[in-house]
Amino acid sequence: MPHRLDVLVCSGAACVSNHTADVRDALQSAIEAHGLSTEVRLVETGCMGPCELGPILLVYPEGALYIRVTPDDANEIVEEHFLKGRPVQRLLWEDPAARRIAEEKKQVAFFERQEKVVLSNCGTIDPEDLQEYIATGGYEALGLALTERQPEELIQIVLDSKLRGRGGAGFPTGLKWQLAARAEGDEKYIVCNGDEGDPGAFMDRALLEGDPHAVIEGMTIAAYAIGAAKGFIYVRAEYPLAIRRLEIAIDQARASGLLGEDILETGFAFDVEIRIGAGAFVCGEETALIASIEGQRGMPRTRPPYPSDRGVFGQPTLINNVETWGNIRHIVLRGADWFRSIGTESSPGTKVFALSGKITNTGIVEVPMGTTLRELIDEIGGGIPDGKALKAVQTGGPSGGCIPAQHIDTPIDYESLKELGAFMGSGGVIVLDEDDCMVGIAKYFLEFSCDESCGKCVPCRVGTRTMLSILERITDGRGTLGDLEQLQMLADTIRSTSLCGLGQAAPSPVLSTMKHFREEYEEHVQTATCSAKRCKALIRYEIDRAACKACDLCRKACPVEAIEGTPGEPPYTIHESVCIQCGRCFDVCPFDAVRIESGKKKQNEVEG
Amino acid sequence: METITLTIDGRTITAAPGQSILEVAEANGIRIPTLCHLEGLSDVGACRLCIVEVAGQLVPSCTTQAVDGADIKTQTDTIKVHRRMILELLFAEGNHVCSFCASSGGCELQDLACELEMHSVTVPYSYPRNRIDATHPWFLIDRDRCVLCGRCVRTCAEVEGAHTWGFAERGSSARVITDLAADWGEAESCTSCGKCVEVCPTGAIVLKGASNAEMRKDSDLVARLTERRDHE
Repeated sequence: MPHRLDVLVCSGAACVSNHTADVRDALQSAIEAHGLSTEVRLVETGCMGPCELGPILLVYPEGALYIRVTPDDANEIVEEHFLKGRPVQRLLWEDPAARRIAEEKKQVAFFERQEKVVLSNCGTIDPEDLQEYIATGGYEALGLALTERQPEELIQIVLDSKLRGRGGAGFPTGLKWQLAARAEGDEKYIVCNGDEGDPGAFMDRALLEGDPHAVIEGMTIAAYAIGAAKGFIYVRAEYPLAIRRLEIAIDQARASGLLGEDILETGFAFDVEIRIGAGAFVCGEETALIASIEGQRGMPRTRPPYPSDRGVFGQPTLINNVETWGNIRHIVLRGADWFRSIGTESSPGTKVFALSGKITNTGIVEVPMGTTLRELIDEIGGGIPDGKALKAVQTGGPSGGCIPAQHIDTPIDYESLKELGAFMGSGGVIVLDEDDCMVGIAKYFLEFSCDESCGKCVPCRVGTRTMLSILERITDGRGTLGDLEQLQMLADTIRSTSLCGLGQAAPSPVLSTMKHFREEYEEHVQTATCSAKRCKALIRYEIDRAACKACDLCRKACPVEAIEGTPGEPPYTIHESVCIQCGRCFDVCPFDAVRIESGKKKQNEVEG
Repeated sequence: METITLTIDGRTITAAPGQSILEVAEANGIRIPTLCHLEGLSDVGACRLCIVEVAGQLVPSCTTQAVDGADIKTQTDTIKVHRRMILELLFAEGNHVCSFCASSGGCELQDLACELEMHSVTVPYSYPRNRIDATHPWFLIDRDRCVLCGRCVRTCAEVEGAHTWGFAERGSSARVITDLAADWGEAESCTSCGKCVEVCPTGAIVLKGASNAEMRKDSDLVARLTERRDHE
């Protein structure tokens, strides 16, 4: 007998961190306590997208979407909704733009404006259940490929689809397949690059955790197309949930004859193995990743030879990113024309983005290429919280750049972002508002590249370190206009002469902010001020004498005893020479009496 | 014999296929500055000093194959600016104080500074303070003078076969180590052959007891050894 209600419990990484397991357990006991076990089925799914609002529940058949559910809510949901059929209004998503409660998931702009292809199963099926994947059309593409398509036909379909690599650079995927198919070798390998490491990027994780079979199916189709018998899925160790679900999926696929010696009884053999990265960002670079698979130190090498000629163990290797693999089954099943009908002429298909930063709906979204940043941020993302103004959008992580607010109507594709000095990257979108300092943002990303440089080539290893020390000087208020010139020169050398793509792109965050926000750099070096009031060395914390109520909270919160005062006897004072600008007093003051003032800390303050 | 024809700095040159741009240039008396390259070892393209321009792109000449019809430029103004910047970065990264260095006068880094007319270092110094490892009875390594060219690592692996030297850490913390970061004197795999001393381009790996400007190295050793092996 089928269940009356399906309750999907989001078990994406963000919801797991928000104790979704406790919510599930509480629901399970409440369901059992009310004798509804045969009528209500709980399903744990992959990421539904709006990570900020987790834990999330989606109840079918109505499609009621509950957000920020706690274990304490379980009883009410079961009694009111599951038993009496009255959805719990206070837990439903209230669309901030429409100012109304969405009774159904499809009424929410966040979902309505998306087009889910790659993520079609994420958040709707149980990723640990092969039957659910098959029920949504899973492995149908593989069956079609193995029984009704020649390898050359499959390569042609991918070529015709004009699919481009979703890892960032946008190289035509079909061309990669063709090169790997034509290359000669004793053995060929398929590799899935799941070493997603950009700050603010969690697209690949969502897919690996939410629909691991889709990646395996894409790889198996490619293996048949190019004649490979072995594949590696390279996942970073920081994604334990993705690794676990992949392991489960691989075991299930093997047990069902979807991987192994005789796939779908066609005689075709292919198997995959998981390789776990040890935490180096540079291993996302394909030659470094291949070295790491081989058990070598993860350092890039010069290309050519490209992996399609000489990859894993010196053999022809086809390496694609997680999201690229996720597209394959849809293209094989629905055809190249269908795929090209989505997105733009030069960048067809959809793209998954990870929205983070100063945005209301932090999370994972999938939209057609060519969607504008405005649609992405304002309509799907729900705009910027607290009525703040958009300043810039950072795309492409440490290899990308900042797009200033005036270009918000730019349609997103590989070329348009490049023109603006940014980069598609794997899909991280970090929204910055008026409170963000662009010099500080550039410094943050450069610091990341500097830490993650493998150390092999001089321009990246020493150049990024040198640029960082100059940026530190600038954010400390000790910079000169000559520093800006030197940053430009160093950036030119690093960009032109570094060995791998990561090094070549490392100066991009600095270059793009110097291009679009030069006045902020000039302000830092000429007046030693940071108008966003973010650079610690260029701000002072002060207590407004009139507003202070001498409540003592700031003094208690101060970790360095920089605040002096007696409870009940206002005002309190902050000793600048002791203050470390941590901002805790600012955060705890209930009367807004702590103010951040622009201007460099006075060097020779006389203690009063 | 099959040949290819290419142009280097406007000169038309005929070469055998499969050679690197650097090999073709050297065979024809065209000087390209190098640091991590050493004849007899595999090339890794790490120092980026041997960059040349091919079809508007800067590529390392040591790891890029010379192809038929290529138009290669080795001395454009852009290349010179980048090479000097890279060299400045190397000097700023370590403590390359020639007046206190055993290798002064026989140092490839010093020679490059003269050749590329690096009159001063304009980028900020990082003043590292790594420990000198003098635990080996005959040799020592001063990592503050190391340029991470990896010649010791490759010589030890490819010529001696001992694999004592390796890299550890990454970015500005990257360094060469013996065994699993054991003190050199405790590194069991080391055969004490001394080839790493001979191939080190600076005063990083030197003979113990060599005082200022006394250290002279024989970096051609590897090329002679590998040539003799090839002719066996």
